[in-house]
Amino acid sequence: MLKISDLKVKLEEEDKQILKGVDLEVGAGQVHAIMGPNGSGKSTLSYVLSGRDGYEVTGGSASLEGVDLLDMEPEERAAAGLFLAFQYPVEIPGVGNMTFLRTSYNAQRKARGEDEVSAAEFLKLVREKAKDLKIDAEMLKRPVNVGFSGGEKKRNEILQMAVLEPKMCILDETDSGLDVDAMKLVSDGVNALRSEGRSFLVITHYQRLLDHIVPDVVHIMANGRIVKSGGPELALEVEKNGYADLMDEVQ
Amino acid sequence: MALPKAKIDATEARLSGMQIPEGGAGWARAARNDALERLTGMGLPYRRDEYWRFTNPAEFLAPETPRAEIALDAPGFEDTQALRVVFTDGVFDEAASDDLSQEALEIERFADAVTKDIHWVKGLLGVLETAGQDRVDRPLATFNTAFAEDGLVLRATGKVARPVHVEYRRAGEQAEAVLRHMVRIEDGAELTLLESGVGAARLNTGMEVDIADNGAFHHVRMQGRDHERRAATHAFARLGQESTFKSFTLSLNGMMTRNEVVITLKGGDAVAHVAGAALGDGRDFHHDDTVFVTHDAVNCESRQVFKKVLRNGATGVFQGKILVQPDAQKTDGYQISQSLLLDEDANFLAKPELEIYADDVQCSHGSTSGAIDETALFYLKSRGIPEDKAQDLLVLAFVAEALAEIEDEGLAETLREQLAGWLERRR
Ligand SMILES: Nc1ncnc2c1ncn2[C@@H]1O[C@H](COP(=O)(O)OP(=O)(O)OP(=O)(O)O)[C@@H](O)[C@H]1O
Ligand SMILES: [Mg+2]
Repeated sequence: MLKISDLKVKLEEEDKQILKGVDLEVGAGQVHAIMGPNGSGKSTLSYVLSGRDGYEVTGGSASLEGVDLLDMEPEERAAAGLFLAFQYPVEIPGVGNMTFLRTSYNAQRKARGEDEVSAAEFLKLVREKAKDLKIDAEMLKRPVNVGFSGGEKKRNEILQMAVLEPKMCILDETDSGLDVDAMKLVSDGVNALRSEGRSFLVITHYQRLLDHIVPDVVHIMANGRIVKSGGPELALEVEKNGYADLMDEVQ
Repeated sequence: MALPKAKIDATEARLSGMQIPEGGAGWARAARNDALERLTGMGLPYRRDEYWRFTNPAEFLAPETPRAEIALDAPGFEDTQALRVVFTDGVFDEAASDDLSQEALEIERFADAVTKDIHWVKGLLGVLETAGQDRVDRPLATFNTAFAEDGLVLRATGKVARPVHVEYRRAGEQAEAVLRHMVRIEDGAELTLLESGVGAARLNTGMEVDIADNGAFHHVRMQGRDHERRAATHAFARLGQESTFKSFTLSLNGMMTRNEVVITLKGGDAVAHVAGAALGDGRDFHHDDTVFVTHDAVNCESRQVFKKVLRNGATGVFQGKILVQPDAQKTDGYQISQSLLLDEDANFLAKPELEIYADDVQCSHGSTSGAIDETALFYLKSRGIPEDKAQDLLVLAFVAEALAEIEDEGLAETLREQLAGWLERRR
C-alpha cells in the first residue's frame, strides 16, 4: 500500500535535515505503529507524505499503491486515498464543519470521476457516522474545530476519516488529549474501518492505544530514521524502559 | 478661508454648463440653490484634502463623463420578493418598474415630490446632508443635493412587509446619473430598502434617512460587477429614540467606489450598524468606505464592520470615525476593518478614528491586514479540496463576520450566493 524508501527531507527555509533516510512499507490491510522520542521526525514524515509546504525532499521516494506521492498536490494525494489525522487539528473560523466535510467529500468524488451527492443525502451519511463517535449535531454546525475541546478535535478528525473512507490513514497522536472513554470511541471507530483494502500508520507515544488498535508492526523512529521494527511487544518494551536502552542497542 | 486655486479651477470646470434642475416647488429650488452656493463655497474635493488622502477624487470630477463599457448585467435580488423600482441611466423606468404602491408605505418619485408645495420632504431635503458637513466637507453629497432630479421618496407609516428594491440599470456607455432618495420612518414603522445594479458609467447617489422613535430601517446593497463604473454614494441618517439603522453593502469589482455613511444617533437607546464586504481584483479596483458615526444621546450602540478581499493590485480604503458628544454617556461603539490580501500587490489603507467627549463610554476599534492562513489552506487541501476552492472557502469565511450583520437571513444567503458565484467565475 504505502512504500517509503530512503526518504530524506530537509526544511526548505533552513539547512536542517529532519528525515535522514526513512524506509517503511505498510502492506494492504495492515496496521503499523510508529513510536519515538519528541522531535524525532514523526510528524514531519506525515506532513511530507500529505504534501505540506516548507519541506524539501532531498532523496528517496514515497508511493501509494505504486503511484509516486511526492509529485502530487495535497488534494490529489487525498483523492488518491491518503488521509492524515493531524496532531494539531486546525481551527477555521467562518467555515462550517458540515460545509467542510461535504466540500471535501464531493471534491474527492469529483476528482475520481464520481457523482457529487446532494446536501440531504450527505447529511444522512454524516449523521450516522457522527453518532458512532458521539459527535452531536451542534458540533457539526459549528465552524471547523473552533471552540472544540482537545478531545473533540481528535474525534472530529476520525469523523472526517470515517466519511472520506481513505485507503491509507495516518494518525498522528490521535490518542493524545483523549480521556479513557474517548480513546475507546476513537479506537472503535478506527477498528470499524479496518479492512483488507485499508491500511493504517498510527503515530503514538503510548502503548495504551495499541491495546485497542492492535498493530501488525511497531517501528521506532529516532533522529530521522526508523531504527528498529518489531511486533506489538516492542511497544511494551518502550513503555517499560523508555528509549534509552533501545538507543544504546542501536548504536 | 480662501480655497486653493487648483480647487477653484477644478470646481469651475466641473460645474460649468451644469444647471440645477428647472421647475420644482419654491422650497426645492431654495434647497438646491443653497446646495449650489455651499458647493461653490467649499469647492469639490481634490487630492490634497485630508479626507481624500487615500482616494483620488479626479475620477468623479472630470467634466466629461468617462466612458465605461457595459459588462455583465448584474441585477441582483432577482429571487427576493420586493417592490421593484428601476432607474436606467439615472432615469425612472416606468415600464420596468412595479406599481408604486404598497401597504404602510407612501412611495413616489423624487421628481414628483419636489413639485408639490406641501410635502414632508421639504423639512428634510439637504438638512441631514448639511448637518453631515460638520468637521469634514462632503462636497459630492452637496453636489447631489444641488443636481439630483430623480430618485425615490419613501415614508413608512407601519411595518412594511415587502422590501423596496431599487435597481440601477445601464444602457449608455457614457451615461451619468445623479439620484436622490429621501426616507422617513415614522414612529414604530419598519422598512427594508434594497439597492442593486450598476446605474451609470458615473453614478452619484445620495440618501437622507430620518428615523423616528422606535423606527427601523434596513438597507442592503449589492454594488454590481461592472468593471469600469465609478460610484460615489452618500447615506445620511438621523436616529430617534430606540430606533434602528442597519446598512450592508456587498461590492464586487467596479473601478472606483466611494461609499460614505454618516449617522447621528439623536435619541437614546438607538442602534446603528454599518457593514460591508468588498472584493476586488485588479489594479483598476479602488474601493473606499468612509463612515462617520456621531453619538449624541445616551446608551446608544454603533457597529462598523468592514471586510475587504484584494488581489492583483487592487486597493481598499477604510476611514471610520466614532464621535462621542459630551452628553452621550454609556455609548457602546465598535469598529473593525480588516483586509485579506491575496497577494503582495494588493493595498489596504485604513484610518480608524475615535473622538470622545463623554467619560462613561465603551469604544473599541481595530484594523488588520493579513494574508491567507496557509495552515488552514493546507488542512483543507489535505482533505481533497483543490487550492482555488479552498481559498474561496477561506475568503467566504473571512467576510462571514460582516455578512452576519445582515439581520434578514434570507437576504444574507442571497448575498453569500452572489459572492460564491463571483469567486467561482473569477478563477
Ligand atoms: N517548520 C519547521 N521549522 C523548524 N523546525 C522544524 C519544523 N518542522 C519540524 N521541525 C523540527 O524537526 C524536528 C522533528 O519535528 P517533528 O514535529 O517531526 O517531531 P515529532 O517526532 O513529531 O515530535 P513529537 O513527538 O513531539 O510530536 C524537530 O526538531 C522540530 O523542531
Ligand atoms: Mg509530532
